[in-house]
Amino acid sequence: MSSPSETTVVVVGAGHAGAELVSALRQKGYSGRIILIGEETELPYHRPPLSKVYLSGEVSRESLLIRSATAYDKLQVECWTGVQVLSIDSQGRTVSLSDGRVQAYDKLVLATGGRARRLEAPAAQRPNVHYVRTLQDIDGLKPMFTAGRRLLVIGGGYIGLEAAAVGIKSGLSVTVLEAAPRVLARVAAPEISAFYERAHRRRGVDLRTGVSVLDYLGGDRVEAVRLSDGSELALDLVVVGIGILPNDELARDAGLDLDNGIMVNEFAQTSTPDILAVGDCANHVNAFLDRRVRIESVPSAQEQARTAAATICGSPAPHAAVPWFWSDQFDLKLQMVGLSQGYDQLVLRGDVEAESFCAFYLKDGVVLSADAVNRPQDFMVAKRLVASRKQVSAQALADEQFPLKTLLSDV
Amino acid sequence: MPTVIFIESNEMEHRVEAEAGCSLMQVAMDNFVPGIYGECGGACSCATCHVYVDPAWEHCLPPRSSDESFMLEGAPEVNERSRLCCQLKMREEWGGLVLRIPATQG
Repeated sequence: MSSPSETTVVVVGAGHAGAELVSALRQKGYSGRIILIGEETELPYHRPPLSKVYLSGEVSRESLLIRSATAYDKLQVECWTGVQVLSIDSQGRTVSLSDGRVQAYDKLVLATGGRARRLEAPAAQRPNVHYVRTLQDIDGLKPMFTAGRRLLVIGGGYIGLEAAAVGIKSGLSVTVLEAAPRVLARVAAPEISAFYERAHRRRGVDLRTGVSVLDYLGGDRVEAVRLSDGSELALDLVVVGIGILPNDELARDAGLDLDNGIMVNEFAQTSTPDILAVGDCANHVNAFLDRRVRIESVPSAQEQARTAAATICGSPAPHAAVPWFWSDQFDLKLQMVGLSQGYDQLVLRGDVEAESFCAFYLKDGVVLSADAVNRPQDFMVAKRLVASRKQVSAQALADEQFPLKTLLSDV
Repeated sequence: MPTVIFIESNEMEHRVEAEAGCSLMQVAMDNFVPGIYGECGGACSCATCHVYVDPAWEHCLPPRSSDESFMLEGAPEVNERSRLCCQLKMREEWGGLVLRIPATQG
């Protein structure tokens, strides 16, 4: 058997998960060769600001890098950017690349992420229909975000709402269409959806729910849409935020088990020996949630990457992180922790009207999750409450006179 | 280039160069200082870059913003010298700055 220093870990995908993985491997003492392969030409960069402060022009392109180029040199990580992995030979333990190279591996980690789900209508395949996933997407969109233009956002999820907020800030006239009866329907309680609908309308967004696009009109560009309520809407550009699809084709072709992403256990291992998967593409077992889940979240991707690094380094520990998320829209700082699925009670703390509150999702008196709007202090406590799985009093949660931290005292 | 010293709870020191204008979270990330995760990338949303400023430097740093204060209010093991280092942009005159990393992050 070869010594660790003669082995090679190949990481496919240079996003948040891939970036964290290569550094976690070194921090845990892995001394072999590490190759990080990414399709995009950039080194790993922060994706969350793309639909927020990068689109609005508040931060520079350079500031998006997760780590500087010299950091990877220090780590002795080879970054092969602008290259695609075309196939995996799991028997021979090699990957074939778009530039003709064939690279051997001892361990392969798929950190392939997801891609924006696209509109299928042929009439929607036009250059002024934009998606929000990559730096290149935003570099194409940003010059279009000028005052006076008419922006149509399709999809009332986080991406759509964040783009709408930047649109308003940049002086565009903004319409948001959500096909479901409410925005954020997949992730938030009706009360939170209603809050965000009000908040967007108050700030000038024409937000319409229960409406979808029937047809895209125009010539070379989409100039108007016909809606399911019979109306027509003229526009200059479209931003589509209708979710992402896991990039699992490589895994499928290699015969790995799939089901809404690449199936992995609590140690990030796939159904095939020596291949692991992490991040948005991985349908993983989370020991804290005690179930399988595929999560689109930076912190979760990073935690899964640390789990995979531990597995590779021979000190496996099950992935058991409490998932959390954030979204910045206008001056609304939203921080969320846990997954609310199955809650039986919603408790509000603070002042919804004043746009500063925290919503706790309880099941049998245990806080499953929380959404904090302009309440970082409550969010930080909520994170620990969710992790504790302790039964708490709904009255205490709702009572602003009662310091939230007290609930943690015997955790 | 000025140097910043990060000290882990086990007293392990990391002397790293910090370019003026760069956030100290980014400096820690670029130098793989253990215990600084910067999960939110500097959006002041996660508090995974919590440090204690050495008493000698306490009065040289700008005050906390309200977001930073609120985040720290709910964070574990906070004291009056706690800062989120993503919110500290390096200055030339901070050469030799000492930042300690909480045990819970290491």
